[in-house]
Amino acid sequence: MGFIKKNITRLFRSRAAIQQLPVGSLTVDRDGRIITSTVSSTYPKELLGEIGRGVLALFREARAAQLPLAEVSVHFGSLLVTARELRGGTIIFLQPQSALSQPPT
Amino acid sequence: MDTSHKILILDDDADWLELCREIFSKLPSKPEIRTITSSSRALKTLDAEPFRLLICDLKMPRMDGLQVLSVVRRRFPGLRTIVLSGLEDEEFRSRAYALGVDLFWLKSDMQQNSKMFLDCIESLLGRDSDGGFRGIQSKGLMDIIQMECLSRSSTVLRITRGPLIAKLWFQEGELFDAEVEGARGEAAFRRILAWKSGSFENLPAEPDRERTITKPINALLLESAQAMDENANPATETQFFDASHRETTWKLSLLAREGAEFVISIPPEGLGEPEVFGIQTGDHLAAWTSKSLEIARRLGEKIEAGPLSHLVANGMEKQLTALPHGKKSYLVGWPLAADANQLLEQSKKLVASWDS
Repeated sequence: MGFIKKNITRLFRSRAAIQQLPVGSLTVDRDGRIITSTVSSTYPKELLGEIGRGVLALFREARAAQLPLAEVSVHFGSLLVTARELRGGTIIFLQPQSALSQPPT
Repeated sequence: MDTSHKILILDDDADWLELCREIFSKLPSKPEIRTITSSSRALKTLDAEPFRLLICDLKMPRMDGLQVLSVVRRRFPGLRTIVLSGLEDEEFRSRAYALGVDLFWLKSDMQQNSKMFLDCIESLLGRDSDGGFRGIQSKGLMDIIQMECLSRSSTVLRITRGPLIAKLWFQEGELFDAEVEGARGEAAFRRILAWKSGSFENLPAEPDRERTITKPINALLLESAQAMDENANPATETQFFDASHRETTWKLSLLAREGAEFVISIPPEGLGEPEVFGIQTGDHLAAWTSKSLEIARRLGEKIEAGPLSHLVANGMEKQLTALPHGKKSYLVGWPLAADANQLLEQSKKLVASWDS
């Protein structure tokens, strides 16, 4: 029994990890700290932090180019990231996409 | 078993299937029509009995139309396929044609031009007896046009380049009319010939189409080739300025027609200066576009969200669409009043025109 259990565990461990796409929203302060989040707790915190920092960098670059923005949407093949500026911080909405997803209205 | 008059229609909307059944019952060859709402059941049905034609929707639960078509292409290479979809995105048209479908038709167009649609289906049902070959051609547009003329065809050649659509009308081997991006006649024909790549499909002839082109096709092809050659390799300073002036006028008229404020074309770093149309200086916007697309690209790689498609930004005065296209990047500026749902398609159209 112990032999079977050990081998089954090894079999599952050897599979490539599949990372689920994040769904939900989060708010991030001006320093990139996550204040609130409705994204599943199984989604890695460090990746959520990357999203927050990436979005803040987009707003920062826009301000540097004298182009203050209220909202930015980044469309990836399988994820839509929509962010609104919140006094230096930002609120971010994450919505997985498929090839046949209708564009958000 | 005779399959020439058997059609299988696959769509997850039962009401739509009923409507199709009613419309297709008007076909002169009176085909046997089967309808099905599930992709997996459709594949089982095709396994069990032969059909001549599959008409398939794209947006369906579990297994979508593109997945069905890729399976069908491998397992039933002789089956004719038509996509009948409500999705107007030209990307799906290109992807469907890349999978080897015979025809892509929008549901709204089918209702408006039901006669033409039925002609297309009748023609597909009967084509077996005509013989001939089919497949993806990798020929230049000039070759394709000459082939239509030599075979004395009566047809409408619909040419697609990304979101851009052009049409050429032939009647018994003579070019009657051309239409692209709001232009008609010889000007449209010259514009179409300048396209570097795209895909084409044959639609039924429209003999009642008003004739706008009277020049023989060989003269037109020669003139167009000469003009393209002069544009690419101007021999004199006057030719260079003429070509440059024509290009600028064309690009500005496109901007005005689509309602955009400006377009900036940004080459890869170190390979030239950005091209700016519609505003006086765009260097800071070009720099912002490059940086933002790079930030987004890096973010996409880290979170494994797939390739970057585009970025939309709303400012206080304008809306911006930044999109990578080949090795270049483009930034298109729109007024705040522009319809946000149309921005991507319109931006893609402008970029495709810019790049052709």
